[in-house]
Amino acid sequence: MLGLNSRDLRLFVIVCALCLLAPILLNPFPVASSLGESFNAGYPALMQRFVIFGLLVIGFNILFGLTGYLSFGHAAFLGVGSFAAVWMFKLLSYNIVPAIILSVIVAGLFSVVIGYIALRRSGIYFSILTLAFAQMMYSIAYSDLVGKMFGTIVTNGETGLQVYNDDPQFLMGEGAPTVPHLFGLEMNSAFTWKVGGWEFIFQNGYYLSALFMILGFYLSIRIFRSPFGMMLRAIKSNQTRMSYTGLDTKPYMLAAFVISGMYAGLAGGLLAAMDPLTGAERMFWTASGEIVVMAILGGVGTLLGPVFGAGVIKYLENIVSKINSDILHSWFAFMPEWMENLVVNILYPFVGKGWHLTLGLLFMAVVIFLPGGLMQLGEKILALFGRKKKSDDAKTGATEPAE
Amino acid sequence: MGILEVKGVNKRFGGLQALGDVNLSVAENTVHAIIGPNGAGKSTLLNVLVGKLIPDSGSVMFDGQSVLGRKPHEINQMGISRVFQTPEIFADLSVFENVMIPCFAKRDGAFRMHAIESTHHEKDIAEQAMAILEDVNMADKRDMIASSMSRGDKRRLEMAMCLVQDPRLLLLDEPTAGMARADTENTIQLLKDIRTKRGITMAIIEHDMNVVFSLAERITVLAQGTPLVEDVPEKIKGHPKVREAYLGEAQV
Repeated sequence: MLGLNSRDLRLFVIVCALCLLAPILLNPFPVASSLGESFNAGYPALMQRFVIFGLLVIGFNILFGLTGYLSFGHAAFLGVGSFAAVWMFKLLSYNIVPAIILSVIVAGLFSVVIGYIALRRSGIYFSILTLAFAQMMYSIAYSDLVGKMFGTIVTNGETGLQVYNDDPQFLMGEGAPTVPHLFGLEMNSAFTWKVGGWEFIFQNGYYLSALFMILGFYLSIRIFRSPFGMMLRAIKSNQTRMSYTGLDTKPYMLAAFVISGMYAGLAGGLLAAMDPLTGAERMFWTASGEIVVMAILGGVGTLLGPVFGAGVIKYLENIVSKINSDILHSWFAFMPEWMENLVVNILYPFVGKGWHLTLGLLFMAVVIFLPGGLMQLGEKILALFGRKKKSDDAKTGATEPAE
Repeated sequence: MGILEVKGVNKRFGGLQALGDVNLSVAENTVHAIIGPNGAGKSTLLNVLVGKLIPDSGSVMFDGQSVLGRKPHEINQMGISRVFQTPEIFADLSVFENVMIPCFAKRDGAFRMHAIESTHHEKDIAEQAMAILEDVNMADKRDMIASSMSRGDKRRLEMAMCLVQDPRLLLLDEPTAGMARADTENTIQLLKDIRTKRGITMAIIEHDMNVVFSLAERITVLAQGTPLVEDVPEKIKGHPKVREAYLGEAQV
């Protein structure tokens, strides 16, 4: 069905179901409970980030996972996507359709130019070139060099770009929503469902982003299973044989680079559609690094890994960073006081502002013990529970790359 | 007029004359071996033939077209396939994928944006790939990852990858280098089968006399960058100049 084999279809259905039920699955604790306050992740702003960054890393994985070319400047495409979308809001109206279309096109154009130049080199030199381009674009955006050149604003420098009341908004009708909307369907409006102590929020913006992620995921499965995807894996494996087999590696690489740049642009456009402002910091090199970490953490070259990687990092960033010393004290209040203080003092550097430390340890553990990322952990767990089933699978699907 | 015509090729690396006035003609539908002692310029000549090196002077014509200055993938698309000294295969891919890729290259050319269709729906390509794997007796290994195979099997796979494209000229660079005796014999047998079944023109650069004399129909002996003699194997064996340059040291 849908042109997928049964294994991929199962994976696809699982992803669809997870996206659909995320507002429920991510809110396992009652709102008022202390666990709920700390660990519930089912609020729209965070769920949007899960799927948007999932989409971004799915695209990044088409480049890095299949061809092995590590782009260290992917956040630049996310950034230009966001700027393009906010400009559409400023010039046309808050309808997100033109914004998202333009963000993909603009990111595509940028990636054609950057890819054409950066792909003249491979390995570490390619990474450095993409990093250099991204940092140049960040600097240009941060100082609004283009705007200054023409005596206007383009990126609005360190203030960041947002929509003002005196912006033209040529297509804005009377009484049209003043927040991003899809033909009147406002992105930030939500339906809240209260059951007992639980509260589940179903927001339009989240579901739209999730729809895009599902489409992006579907396209990535098709690319992974296509002759084009096979060529990309061949490039990773042996470029000499590739060219002596009569295949020109350059256009294949460029196509992969542009596709993944357009995914990033779409993600940037969606970020802006959820919250119509953006700034240069979205293009900073640490943002690019985060994308790489997400991909490696989840499992490079796997279909589902990037989504998990993005989810884990966004979860840590938003949940672990909220835990403060009071919350820690309340957890360990049952202990004698000296012990409580000891435990809290040990744990404290790893939470709150120190969440990067937790991420660092997790990343190290994954790279050392699970080079295949969290997906490998999943496979190991599956293998423990159903060894027999696994061997049956291996027989039927042995020609497929790992999912 | 041969399918491959090398005329007056010179190549210098600094003070070293690697190739001096090389003239060579490979006739269609023959196996032509190029032999010579170490440093005779065999590999340089091969690199000139595949466009990796551009000679200082002279011409290399394949089927009436110059190959000089063309990129490797263009030369392949002209109909020249190359087997390397150490097998160059897609080590991370399965054997079956390894042979499917050249099929796609042959059918779709150097680049085709072919990103939505599933590989599994390409029945023709799969049939071609399966047929060639059966030809080289590797059908049972189709799902193995290429890197996990023995050296001999990798060589076999590389040849299958070249043959499936039906090349007009197959260049082999020491196809048995570093192989065990049994693997060498197998490779010779494989090449002989290819020769009888498909009638592909081959140019072999080789060290191993056993391989050369059991396969070649014509032999060119290179020494110090220039062809000494070109003749049929029977005459090469006893040729005094060749003995002096090369066979004098080797026990044949």
